[in-house]
Amino acid sequence: MGTVASTSAETPSGRSIWIDVPDWAGNIAGQHVDVRLTAPDGYQATRSYSLASSGPSPRLQLAVDKLPDGEVSPYLVDDLRAGDMLELRGPLGGWFVWSPSVEQPVQLIAGGSGVVPLVAMIRAHAASGSTAPMQLLYSVRTPDDRFFADELEKLDNITYAYTRSGPPDATIGRLTKERLAAAVLPVGSAVFVCGPTGFVEAVASWLVDLGHDASLIKTERFGGA
Amino acid sequence: MSIFTRGFSGRGRDNNPALPPGQYLTEDFPVLSAGPTPNVDTDTWEFTITTETGKVHRWNWEQLMALPTEDIHTDIHCVTRWSKLGTTWRGVSLDTLFADVETEYDYVMEHSYGGYTTNAPYEDLRDGKAWIAHTFEGEPLDPEHGGPARLLVPHLYFWKSAKWIRGLTMMAEDDPGFWEQNGYHIYGDPWQEQRYW
Repeated sequence: MGTVASTSAETPSGRSIWIDVPDWAGNIAGQHVDVRLTAPDGYQATRSYSLASSGPSPRLQLAVDKLPDGEVSPYLVDDLRAGDMLELRGPLGGWFVWSPSVEQPVQLIAGGSGVVPLVAMIRAHAASGSTAPMQLLYSVRTPDDRFFADELEKLDNITYAYTRSGPPDATIGRLTKERLAAAVLPVGSAVFVCGPTGFVEAVASWLVDLGHDASLIKTERFGGA
Repeated sequence: MSIFTRGFSGRGRDNNPALPPGQYLTEDFPVLSAGPTPNVDTDTWEFTITTETGKVHRWNWEQLMALPTEDIHTDIHCVTRWSKLGTTWRGVSLDTLFADVETEYDYVMEHSYGGYTTNAPYEDLRDGKAWIAHTFEGEPLDPEHGGPARLLVPHLYFWKSAKWIRGLTMMAEDDPGFWEQNGYHIYGDPWQEQRYW
């Protein structure tokens, strides 16, 4: 059980939520939690959300994008407020994770709110003092749709791929294999790809085409196909 | 023991008895895969069953297609909480493929092109409970959903229905497969909500 410490807008449809969980045992960057909501008649709805936070801290951060036809995300984005209790289970997931013991260069590739677990990895990387190169390719509709915009602004190892609109000097439009090839670390790097199903499907198959070893590419997808 | 969530009334009450606890209905077909979708060519496709004696039973695509097929109408339940009801598949029953297989072992490891594995008790793959499916809703199965052929074991959470199926290996013990080593339940019964360890 957690208590919401605060929430803040990340994007027009996305919100960060900080939750205090006193008995939290810590988590690895990239893991997620199940959030369970209970209505007055006992009806329950549970969904998984990636953690943007990692390590031993009992203050967790989620960043949730509101799905227009969703059931849990509209509540978390529009209704939840500081002081509310929230039922959580986790940390969950032992595959889509990064720990400082990994010495390989790491390429992170995000589509939209898929950046959340990857930001946990960027933070864990910075906190650990790891010397392994790590960089992020972030595909997002417009600059206003970026999660963690202020925090990412301070980093120089990020390439943005804006699909709808962006700064005058930016190439606008969906990522292509050529743009992907130019933006990612060389073959032999560990790659984490997280985003909507179609985005992840395209990016992962391009990476294999470009010579990346499929066994070094970890994916996490959301939404239908 | 749970508390009420302030201000949450819930939208859907999917009071459908076909829906296992904690699941919601979806009309689309989400994808859960640990890595890239492998390219599997039916020209070189092969399916094997390997027993404790080392005997390997082998089928190529043409041989699989020559076996009796069944139409399967079933509900499917993903551990990530979506369920699809009334899906239609076509494929070959594992009863047909196991007909000439002699084994004393009680467990099976499913192996996929791309390296994925998942484990299941042998009895869960027998008696009309499991198939190699190659057709979904009348169309060849999409690669991202496991095409050209995946295992279909719909009474367990869908990660037990290995995509891009390549072979089955008999095991003496119930060794954990890929997701089972990464936090998912060893058996995965949706009606018992066996999601995690």
